[in-house]
Amino acid sequence: MSKKFMYVNRKAPYGTVYALESLEVVLIAAAFEQDVSLAFIDDGVYQIAKGQDTKGIGMKGFSATYNALGDYDVNKFYVERESLEERGLTEDDLMPIVYEDENDDWAEKPSVKIVSRAEMAQVLSEQDVTLSF
Amino acid sequence: MALEVNGQSIALDEEGYLENLSDWTPEIATALASGEDVELGDEHWDIINFLREYYEEYQIAPAVRVLTKAVGKRLGKDKGNSKYLYSLFPYGPGKQACKYAGLPKPTGCV
Repeated sequence: MSKKFMYVNRKAPYGTVYALESLEVVLIAAAFEQDVSLAFIDDGVYQIAKGQDTKGIGMKGFSATYNALGDYDVNKFYVERESLEERGLTEDDLMPIVYEDENDDWAEKPSVKIVSRAEMAQVLSEQDVTLSF
Repeated sequence: MALEVNGQSIALDEEGYLENLSDWTPEIATALASGEDVELGDEHWDIINFLREYYEEYQIAPAVRVLTKAVGKRLGKDKGNSKYLYSLFPYGPGKQACKYAGLPKPTGCV
């Protein structure tokens, strides 16, 4: 039986290794066909913000990889509204991450769900396994 | 390790993958394949080109499961299965095709 796995992302994408490590674990774990969700809280919301450019720091960019996660059946991106607001961001500042619904003639559907802090707490409480990065 | 192509020496890692992804040319793919006694035909190139486009867009090599599904969608259901992909790349479509395509080994592929 599949378990509910939640990957909690709280750090900005570049500058520390947390975001990339989280993403790699998600990609590896996706092979095990579990029910995977991602949470983006605090500076973690910058991980899926538009327009990230790593040229200046000489590091490989991995922002585009979030868009591949739909292919791995990872399509629940919970983003905390308060974290966006505290940083002057809105949903329009996030990458339009989508997945193709196999059961609906491959229709493209949004993966990102903006939730309040209270709703996020609820989502987190429903998980079997929570990994925090 | 290194591979000689057109008089140039191309750096490979210990498993035979390109050290620098930007070194890749179709001639290198052909040379890597002939080193493993594989002659690349149009059907191999379909997969290699798909992998390169996928990497360009998403910055990762897709897992075999993802590759299989995507090939089925793009090239037809009769090709979207591991039997077809293994017939082209008997050492494993992920590992072998990614090598010829000049990509890193797929994440999670052991």
